[in-house]
Amino acid sequence: MSSTTARPEVTFGSKSSGRAIRNTVATVLVWAAFLIALIPLGWIMWTVLTKGLHVLFTGTWWQKDQSGALPPGFDHNVRGARHALVGTLEMSVVTSVIAIPIAIMTAIYLVEYGRGKVARLVSFMVDILSGIPSIVAALFIYAIWVTTFGLKLIPVCASIALAMLMIPVVTRSTEEMLKLVPNELREASYALGVPKWKTITRVVLPTSLSGIVTGALLGFARVAGETAPLILLAAYTQYLNENIFSGNMAALPTMISTEFSNIGDAVSSERLWGAACTLILLVLVINLLGRLVGRLAKVKK
Amino acid sequence: MAKRIDVQDLDIFYGDFKAVEGVNLSVEPRSVTAFIGPSGCGKSTVLRTLNRMHEVIPGGRVQGKVLLDDEDLYAASMDPVVVRRTVGMVFQRPNPFPTMSIADNVAAGLRLNGVKDKKTLNEVVEKSLKGANLWNEVKDRLDKPGAGLSGGQQQRLCIARAIAVQPQVLLMDEPCSALDPISTLAIEDLIHELKDSFTVVIVTHNMQQAARVSDQTAFFNLKATGQPGHLIEIDDTKTIFNNPTEKATEDYISGRFG
Ligand SMILES: Nc1ncnc2c1ncn2[C@@H]1O[C@H](COP(=O)(O)OP(=O)(O)O)[C@@H](O)[C@H]1O
Ligand SMILES: [Mg+2]
Repeated sequence: MSSTTARPEVTFGSKSSGRAIRNTVATVLVWAAFLIALIPLGWIMWTVLTKGLHVLFTGTWWQKDQSGALPPGFDHNVRGARHALVGTLEMSVVTSVIAIPIAIMTAIYLVEYGRGKVARLVSFMVDILSGIPSIVAALFIYAIWVTTFGLKLIPVCASIALAMLMIPVVTRSTEEMLKLVPNELREASYALGVPKWKTITRVVLPTSLSGIVTGALLGFARVAGETAPLILLAAYTQYLNENIFSGNMAALPTMISTEFSNIGDAVSSERLWGAACTLILLVLVINLLGRLVGRLAKVKK
Repeated sequence: MAKRIDVQDLDIFYGDFKAVEGVNLSVEPRSVTAFIGPSGCGKSTVLRTLNRMHEVIPGGRVQGKVLLDDEDLYAASMDPVVVRRTVGMVFQRPNPFPTMSIADNVAAGLRLNGVKDKKTLNEVVEKSLKGANLWNEVKDRLDKPGAGLSGGQQQRLCIARAIAVQPQVLLMDEPCSALDPISTLAIEDLIHELKDSFTVVIVTHNMQQAARVSDQTAFFNLKATGQPGHLIEIDDTKTIFNNPTEKATEDYISGRFG
């Protein structure tokens, strides 16, 4: 090796003090950024839990709806949120039933089949869809349902609008999971004389199942908290309605926004924070469920 | 159940790039043929045309003929899925299905093609694992994940999986290059045994391995980078290693290049 090679002078064995300082500074910065990011999260949790958690333990919260509630200021009972919880669950489940199959099939098309112009167009449309504000999606469903077809709004309209928001989220997450499946596994399957569609359903999907389920549950959690489509399409009611195909239907977000108009009232405020707490709890449970499914699917490996 | 392979004037493309040009070769049933040559000369590419795996890659296409006992694999009426059931393949890196147990991995080819009968499947699993010299090592943990085996065991599991569908021909693309010497030896022994029932074509970077396992050796080379690869010569392994016709073959084998 020639002596002209440019090479920094390093004394063997001695630590560069400049590097040590830079390392310390970077470590401190990274930790500080992490803590700053944690503050709002902790603060939100703290506020919601301190204001709302005790409401969840009142005997009526999970069993009763708001029937019999008196005008704000005259009512002394918090009553329950069963109507809103049932509504949120029903609408979100129906949303998932509409959105998840479409999203998974779109992702399979994009990853396994999509080539050239059509695939790029589909991918572009998924991007557009994920950028649509939820209120616009709701307006669009309103325009079709009411203006074009002259039908009466029913809670399932909100599910359809929510599905438009859920599809791009789940498509993208499923796409990522499918891309993680090594091509070698597909080739191994083809080389055994297994047709492509069977390779997808029996090798590719099972391999990425836990990731797909986690993504779908996160999409579910996301739409469970959406408010705008509900305000436009599924009017709040204080009564329990279990039929998604008729009438009005309460949901946790619309319960929050309804009670918010009387936030000065102590009982309304209790209901509001109780509903917020319930919503967070619901999202938490769904997240944990997603993790559990991921864990269970991994045990087989 | 072993078939003869004839390749006639085969050109292989990736999109517009011609990767391999003008290959002519024949492989006798129940023999081992080794493909040797420097990296990038198209050994894997040629191998993958023998069971129509080449076209799985977007833009992959061929011109010319590949005959399996006089049937053209690239005839319009030929179903690639059926071709792949007849011509099995083992890859460079062991690739067992991660969601399946050892037994399910071996049975995968049959199960995914609709065989449900438990008894048949169990018999095939045992027979194939025995055929791949793996039975004694795994018979007590057939329901454990295939990914939990060592690299060499995984590769033999993949061989068991490939022979479980009873192919006529077995293609192996550098099956030992990711393995330690002991596992390599185990696979080489296995290839000797497989020859009794299958036609075997193996790509290898290891000249000693080609000399040890094959009856016939094909040497591939590139004229220059960016040019298509060629089959330089194919002959009995003894002849190729002791008395090759082409100067390039001799240079490669004696380690003067490549
Ligand atoms: N998937 C692919 N797409 C495009 N070109 C490829 C692909 N795989 C291989 N090639 C090209 O084909 C030529 C032969 O490659 P390969 O058959 O892998 O060589 P070998 O197995 O002899 O090392 C190389 O020039 C390589 O760059
Ligand atoms: Mg190769």
